[in-house]
Order: sequence, then C-alpha cells, then structure tokens
Amino acid sequence: MTLSQKWNKGKWLFAMFIPCLLYYVLFKYLPIFGIVVAFKDYSLYKGIWASDWVGLKYFRMFFNSSDFWLLLRNTFLLGFYNLAFGFAAPIALALLLNEMRLRTFKRFVQTVSYLPHFISNVVAASMVIIFLSPTGGVFNRMLTSFGFDSINFMIEPGWFRPIYVLSEIWQHVGWESIIFLAALTAIDPSLYEAAGIDGASRWRKIVHVTLPGISSTMIVLLILKIGSMMEIGFEKVFLLANPATYANADILSTYVYRAGLVNGNFSYGSAIDLFTAAVSFIFLLNANYMSRKFTGNSLW
Amino acid sequence: MRKLSIFGLANGVLLTAVAFVTLFPFLYMASVSLSGSNYVLKGMVSWFPRGFNVDMYKFVLDDPRIMRAYWNTIVYAVVGTAVALVVTGFGAYALSKREMFFHRGFTIMIVITMFFSGGMIPTFLVVRELGIMNSIWAMVLPSAVSTWNLLIMRTFFANIPKELEESGKLDGLSELGIFARIVAPLSGAIFATIGLFYAVGLWNNFLNPLLYLRDPDLFPLQVILRNMLLVGQAGSGDLTAAKGGDSLIVEESYTYAVILVSTLPILCLYPFLQRYFVRGVMIGAVKG
Repeated sequence: MTLSQKWNKGKWLFAMFIPCLLYYVLFKYLPIFGIVVAFKDYSLYKGIWASDWVGLKYFRMFFNSSDFWLLLRNTFLLGFYNLAFGFAAPIALALLLNEMRLRTFKRFVQTVSYLPHFISNVVAASMVIIFLSPTGGVFNRMLTSFGFDSINFMIEPGWFRPIYVLSEIWQHVGWESIIFLAALTAIDPSLYEAAGIDGASRWRKIVHVTLPGISSTMIVLLILKIGSMMEIGFEKVFLLANPATYANADILSTYVYRAGLVNGNFSYGSAIDLFTAAVSFIFLLNANYMSRKFTGNSLW
Repeated sequence: MRKLSIFGLANGVLLTAVAFVTLFPFLYMASVSLSGSNYVLKGMVSWFPRGFNVDMYKFVLDDPRIMRAYWNTIVYAVVGTAVALVVTGFGAYALSKREMFFHRGFTIMIVITMFFSGGMIPTFLVVRELGIMNSIWAMVLPSAVSTWNLLIMRTFFANIPKELEESGKLDGLSELGIFARIVAPLSGAIFATIGLFYAVGLWNNFLNPLLYLRDPDLFPLQVILRNMLLVGQAGSGDLTAAKGGDSLIVEESYTYAVILVSTLPILCLYPFLQRYFVRGVMIGAVKG
C-alpha cells in the first residue's frame, strides 16, 4: 500500500474515531488531569486550571480529620465483606444449577435469578427499606408474629453491613453465576465418566472434578475483585445509609459527595478522590502481583 | 437407575428457595398495590391481592411529577442509547482496524481509563465547565461510551471476515460506506445487545442526575422515586385529602405501585432480553 492509499483509508477511520476520542478526552482524561484541584484552592471564577496552588493543605486537612480512620475502615470492611460473601455466592449457585437435572426447572431458576440485576439501585434500596421498616414492614411483621421484638434495621449501625452485603448478593448473584456456568460447560464430560467408574458419589465428583475444573476462572475473578475491592458502588451505599448509621455506613465516596459536592468544598473532595484512587491502585498492584504469581497472567 | 437421591432433593429445595427469594418481593409488591387498603393495614395480603382494585395505579398515573419524570427518563434513555451506539459503534470499528492511525496507542489510552479515573468531584467540575449542567446533554454525553461495551464491539468487528470488506472496496465504497453497507447490517445482534446494555444503564442511572441536574422539571424517574420513597416526600397526607376521608391511602401500597410502574418496562422486557444480555457477557468473558 502506498502512503497516500494508507492516508486515504486511515483518514476515514480516524474521522469515525473522533467522537469516541472526544469522549475519552473530555470525560475521562480532563477529570484525570483535573484532579490537580486537590492541590489548589478551587475558585468558581478562576476554574480548575487557573485556581491558586495550596500544596498539600487539603490532604493534611483530611488526614487530620477525625473522619479519616473511620472512613478508611468502613470502606475497607464493607468492600471486604462484600468480596468474601459476594464472591462465594455465585459459585455456589452455579454449582447448584449445574447439578440440577430437570432442564426446564434449571432454566426457570436461572432466568428468575437474573431479574434483580436489572432493577435500579433506587428501587432495590427502597424495597430493602420498606420491607425492613419497623412499622408494618414484612420482615418485622414476621419477627413479631414469631414472638420477637421488632428491630429498626435501618437506624442500627450494626445491621448496615449485613443488609448491604445481602442486598448486593440478592441483586447480582444470578448474573455473576453466568460466568461460572460458562466455565462449567467447558469441563470434559469424560472426567465425570471416569470418576463414576471409580465409584465417586455426586458430592465427590463436585469436589474432585467440578471445582478443580473451574478453579482457574475462580482465581482470575477473585484477583479482579480484590483489585477493585475499594471501589464500592456509590449509589447503593448512599441510598441505604442515613446519619444514624454513618458510624458503619459512611464510606469514602459518600463522604466525598457530602463534603465535596453538597458543601461545595471541591478541592477537599478532590483530595479525597485522589487518596481513594491511590488506595485502589495499591490494591490493583497487589492483585496484579498475585495474578502473575498464581496464574502467570498479569496486566503488565 | 436414577432414583430420587437426597442430594437431588436438597438441591431442588435450595434452588426453589433461590427462586422464591428472588420472585416473592415482586409478587408481594404487586399484590399489596392491587389490594384494598383495609386488608393491607391488617397485614392480610401475601401471595394474591385481596379486595382487588387499581386505585393506587390511578393515583400514580395522575401524579404530574411522576408522569413528567417518566417522560424525561424515556427521552434520556432513547437519545442516550442512540448517541452511545453511534459513538461506540464508530469508535469500536475504527479501533478494530490496523490501518487506523495510532491504533495501538488509542487502545492503550482507552484501557487505562478502566483502572484510573478522576473521581466524582473532578468529573463534576469538568462537566460544569463544559456548560452542559442542567440539560439533557449532562445525561447523555457522560455515558456515551462504556469502555467495556467498546471493547466487546471492537472484538466483534475484528472477527468479521476481511473478504466481505474487500468486496465492498472493489465496488468503490469508502470506509464509511463499508461500515454502513456491509459491517452494520451484519452486526444487528451486537448492536441490539450493546444497545440494551446502554438503555438499561440509562434507565436506572441515579448518580448522574443527582450530580448534574438541579431543575426538578428535568429529573428522571430514579431521582423522583428516591425523593418520594426515601426522603419521604410522598406525603400520604395530601393523598388522603385528595381521595376524601372515607378510604385510607396506605403509603406502603402507593410506594409499591410507584416502584412497579417505574420498573415495568424492565420487568416486561427482561425475560425476552436476558438471552441477549447473557450472550453479551459471554462475548466479553471469552474474548475479553
């Protein structure tokens, strides 16, 4: 191909790429560079780029604030519980589905289990709050009918993490099981036959054939999840939390929203955003290191 | 030889429990919202409506705030999906070609954004400085490309046989012509799948309107829903007044009706759409 032909072909392709490029520059890279406001005193009139530098002022402010350790602990613990329980649940569901011999029933359960993945966080959070309501919520009505006292779940800090993690599992377990089901179909059926000839029970087949068969998928996904552990979705936490439960429920992102956006302290918020990104990056580095060690694959 | 084993039985029970836990909340909301208020107050409703009536739905559909928000959500979802498909489709096609300038460099630049982002506040400041706050563009543009969807599409385009495109070239089509006449018609399934991903995402999005919209007339459903349900502006007081004293409005029923009305499109479509979604996940999983 001559140079002018190359240019001719590339020209059109590049023209098609321009909207996409603009998107990444405007909505991804400008904010990445815009994080410099964390080191500035953001002024509405001067904008991001012309505001005055203040060095580490806002980082000091954050590290010295009484909220710092609380936020770090809450974010870490919520992410950790979500990972620990949220990771096992889809695997368990995939194994159950895989063992189900009635095909139509299996299909039915599968289809049903995807449903909550598609409803909005606002709806999911509303359902949680109404079902758990101390005045007439289904759950408390059941508790009282069994002779227990009703519990005001949404204002007890101790209940926040279980409620959050369970609601996340309820919403996404079916969806996340898809990938394990795909891995399960790739297992060689002759392995099961061989195990059957050796007299293995169904339970033994699960332990010795099925689980090893999907272990590589499990490891890859676990590492990915560890890498993004601190990136807890803002919406659900924001919607389920209230001032009564902040002791356990307030995480970095919800705090950024309140302190940075609602109170208009943009530089302070950006400093916390940058801190969050740095912590997440450490998790990613570790996950990448583990990945290289255990699977031989890594991002770089 | 296949007898009913304890194993199989336990499995069936567990899976039934999963299906129950998933479905029951929706059935319960539907039956409460369709029941007479005295039955609801006494807590007598579970699987099926008692004292069947659709009053709650009339209230919901008569509420101008909800109808306005519904319309806004539909507009954002339709316009947003269209914009996203064009931008993502073009971008993915260009990236799938080796002949594109800096094709590797751009790919790396895009993948990097999967691991690094500016965060909530810098993104907010950029959107504000772009001057699109408080407009439909604040709903549409920041979600015009999802990197994941872009990469799925790129993989799909890269697998289209080169010979098909060569034939178009012989007929004198430009790259744009090849995309429009040859590639796009072959890619109906991927456009449908990715379009659905975008549409559901836009329908359910809460963070962007929370951050970027101030004018209540522009609010989509999710924001109105949250204001009504969680902040408690539902104000059962004025509802009771509107209906007259004789029959009580139960806030619970009303809330469920609002939830179901706002989720209806997804509830109706999802049994048909989930196959596409699953296929989308598979493409991403196998090739990603």
